[in-house]
Amino acid sequence: MEKTWEEMSAEEKQEDLFQRWLSPKDHDGNDIQFKSPEAEKSYKERVTRIKDAIQMKKLPDRVPACIFPGHYPIYYGGLTPHEAMYDYDKCYEAHKKFVLDFDPDMHTGSIVAGPGKVYEILDYKLYSWPGHGVAPEQTYQAVEGEYMTADEYDDLIDDPSHFFSHKYLPRVFGKLDSFPMLPNLTGILEIYGVAFNFIPYALPPVQEMLKALMEAGAEALKWAQVMGGFDEEMASLGYPSFLAGFTKAPFDTLGDTLRGTRGIMMDMFRRPDKLLDALDAITPIMIKMGVNGAKMFGRPLIFMPLHKGADGFMSDEQFKTFYWPSLKKVMLGLIDEGVVPLPAAEGGYNSRLDIVKDLPKGKTLWMMDQIDMFRAKETLGKNACLFGNIDLPMLSLGTPEEIKDYAKELIDKVGKGGGYIMANGAFFDQAKTENVKAFVDFSKEYGVYK
Amino acid sequence: MSEKLVNALVNMKEAEAVQLTKDLLESGEDPLKILGACQEAMDTVGKRFEKGEYFLPELIMAGEMLNQISDIIKPKLKGEAAAKTLGKVIIGTVKGDIHDIGKDIVVFMLDVNGFEVVDLGIDVPVQKFVDTIKETGSKVLGLSGFLTLAYDSMKETVDAIKEAGLRDGIKIMIGGGQIDEKVKDFSGADAFGKDAMDAVKLAKGWIGG
Repeated sequence: MEKTWEEMSAEEKQEDLFQRWLSPKDHDGNDIQFKSPEAEKSYKERVTRIKDAIQMKKLPDRVPACIFPGHYPIYYGGLTPHEAMYDYDKCYEAHKKFVLDFDPDMHTGSIVAGPGKVYEILDYKLYSWPGHGVAPEQTYQAVEGEYMTADEYDDLIDDPSHFFSHKYLPRVFGKLDSFPMLPNLTGILEIYGVAFNFIPYALPPVQEMLKALMEAGAEALKWAQVMGGFDEEMASLGYPSFLAGFTKAPFDTLGDTLRGTRGIMMDMFRRPDKLLDALDAITPIMIKMGVNGAKMFGRPLIFMPLHKGADGFMSDEQFKTFYWPSLKKVMLGLIDEGVVPLPAAEGGYNSRLDIVKDLPKGKTLWMMDQIDMFRAKETLGKNACLFGNIDLPMLSLGTPEEIKDYAKELIDKVGKGGGYIMANGAFFDQAKTENVKAFVDFSKEYGVYK
Repeated sequence: MSEKLVNALVNMKEAEAVQLTKDLLESGEDPLKILGACQEAMDTVGKRFEKGEYFLPELIMAGEMLNQISDIIKPKLKGEAAAKTLGKVIIGTVKGDIHDIGKDIVVFMLDVNGFEVVDLGIDVPVQKFVDTIKETGSKVLGLSGFLTLAYDSMKETVDAIKEAGLRDGIKIMIGGGQIDEKVKDFSGADAFGKDAMDAVKLAKGWIGG
């Protein structure tokens, strides 16, 4: 008899998720019908290639050649980010053209632009987006602030969910400003509590808010149907969808959008114990977020953009005290559930390599930006598959020859013995077409393991 | 007691530093001397940053403590504090980019190193840089940017300065998360910096040396 999920080891869970990735399903749970036998063959070869690189058990047939773009497919397809956010079909077509033209070993979906109308309906304030604070031809950018004040640590620690619904969300969405009028859901106990706890739903501001939620939900669903269709069509053409969702390092969750960079860095001096308690409180939530995504989509890779732990953002001592312990817990929690965390070390991570290197082998994939890859291979790379390192200035301003020379060095030294995936090192919006083509095509030719 | 203040600031003892400032003022200490102690402390913080002992958190904390102390002292100053500066440096995040953390650190480090900084903020239009160069007669300009779109904005800014006939009179440095030699060449700037200490070194080499 087959083992239940709970009975499986971490190893078996990971294998199970990879097997599910190898047999993609549509939104009704039926097997994807491949467009041709070649497409099916390509799909399986691609997933297997990436799987072998990550697991580091056997050598892949060649170094996988991947692109992890930001808004590049949108510009490449001749759209402005504004058009991509408001015309879902155009966004779909631009991404499809991008995948078919560059023919990489995976794709990262078509969701980067997101649905502008949903943000409008909800009056989203955490970002400026094209037409709303930035020009139509530019990408959205986060608006940093202290969306959680320094004296709210206890509220967050006591009940993160309640803190989000009653304090944080009303601050970042203008239309959710009536959330604080709603009672705590855990107060609905026994028959006596029922009627009282539902009275707030009769109040006009709450009804107004619920209307906005319903409208936003309908629009988000419309968008998701188009974008979900993209993943299915790409699979049918032989291109695996790379990610099953995202989660974050707890320090970044707190620092990026709650306390802000300034806030969290001062908290390291002013209230270190509260900060550590809050990181602990968020950790299980970050684990669940990743595990739920992987199980829902039936793929193992969960993306983790790393921000405030990069070289220069703090000392190694501060990294070891405030950043790494909770990040490590999240990564191990994901690994326990068979998930493969994909942390993206944006910026430099050179001084952290020795701190983060001792993770279980074949269980993580690290996207590397401005990092000495050859030292990374000798440290972190002993246990973890490395991804990336073609840098953005080179992609935007370099030549195909320069790209090929560097790609050759990466394949020779970092690809040696497996455990490496060729890709860009950080997300890019602009690049020269011939440069993007150069590293993908070159890896297919030169990256074959003999 | 001002020695204690220097130590408190250097060692990130915020409450102690604020209390010492108040005590010093009450005991009749010259506010300018207190500011001098702050300057000494910031020099040390800057040196530790340069040596890789201090990082972003210490710079942010030092800036915060300095602001608090300035607020306490300002009412006691009688307009005599115009310290001499090494020169004026204009800084801004280029058009289309709203990232400010890196820029603010550069502003802070230039400031504590004796430069007068004209901070134009974020998403600064090309023309604004040109106008400010004309108005201030500054000899150094720093352009900050985090996004790849900043490469183009930096180039446009440098080109506009050229067109306005101001390029020969000004040194331009660029910096940001994804900036290197290639971007420097592309934009037409004179130099790029990897961090805030690079910015100080470049500015000193050009006008403060």
